[in-house]
Amino acid sequence: MNSQLTLAAVLSAVFVSALVILATRAFPFLLFSRRNPPRIICFIEKYIPPMVMAILVVYCLKDIRFESKPWGLPSFTALAFTTVLHLWRRNPMISIFGGTIVYMILSRML
Amino acid sequence: MNKAYFTSAVKTTLPVFFGYIAIGIPFGLIIVNAGYPAWVAPVMSAVMYAGAGQYIAVGLFAAGASLGTIALTELLVNIRHIVYGLSLITKFKNVGKWKPYLIFALTDETYSILTGCDVPEGADAGKYYGTIALLDQAYWIAGSAIGAAAGKLIPFSLTGVDFALTALFAVLLIEQLEKSRDFLPPVIGAAAAVAAVLLARFGVMPSGNILIAALAFGIAALILIRGRSFGKTSDAEVRK
Repeated sequence: MNSQLTLAAVLSAVFVSALVILATRAFPFLLFSRRNPPRIICFIEKYIPPMVMAILVVYCLKDIRFESKPWGLPSFTALAFTTVLHLWRRNPMISIFGGTIVYMILSRML
Repeated sequence: MNKAYFTSAVKTTLPVFFGYIAIGIPFGLIIVNAGYPAWVAPVMSAVMYAGAGQYIAVGLFAAGASLGTIALTELLVNIRHIVYGLSLITKFKNVGKWKPYLIFALTDETYSILTGCDVPEGADAGKYYGTIALLDQAYWIAGSAIGAAAGKLIPFSLTGVDFALTALFAVLLIEQLEKSRDFLPPVIGAAAAVAAVLLARFGVMPSGNILIAALAFGIAALILIRGRSFGKTSDAEVRK
């Protein structure tokens, strides 16, 4: 198993991530201030973000062990609860807090 | 900046205040729960300033991911930003010295406010947009600092608070699906991620590579399935 990063490694990772994030935000201003963006940009805009979000949801669930107790029940129940809450109230704050509380309760009970 | 503009900026950013405080608090809790000092949370909020990007970073820190993996993951998680600026190029033409900060601080929420708001009469556009962006970031830093401080003080175990990350991604996915009504990209993404998790479980590759492998599979599948038809439809749109 990998062990977690040291504080020094975290700080350099934060710095590098900050540069990467800034680069994504500055990209269109640097490149397309004077000319029109190519079609590949529209492809990225349309398809990549929802695909990445689905990957991240599954990635967060990667350590679940279905073969042993609690069989992933806290995660999947809380995920369903978050989804229903969000479709109902449309408030990210309520959905995230609600889902997390359900998960924390279920993971202690089951 | 006179008081009226500032009040108007505060009013405009009020929804972001509640959202950033509420989503910043679990972020601070997760940082402390992962065993890092509380100040790491506001520092990340000050220099990275990206909701999903910061949440996923903590997971990567805890998993001991390499610097390259972290950089590539951050690129893909934040790639939606490369299109945000496109619609603001004209709006940012006369914001003067505020421009670098406005670009740095272009989060999803600030983007949606800036694209939607009008500058009050007589106000300087740069100052007004800059105040909005600064207020938003102040809320975010405050939220993560409150969460981190609370994480140090709360007497009971915070195990499971990192589910906030899963919930945040689920919420973002739902909101993107509402806009696009296109289920194929997330289905491809989910399948790619499940495949990567299985490969790691059966020992084909180390578990530290799951996220990168999933992103690579997903992008390859998207290009194979949607690449050609996308070229055709946009050609047709151009000809119209």
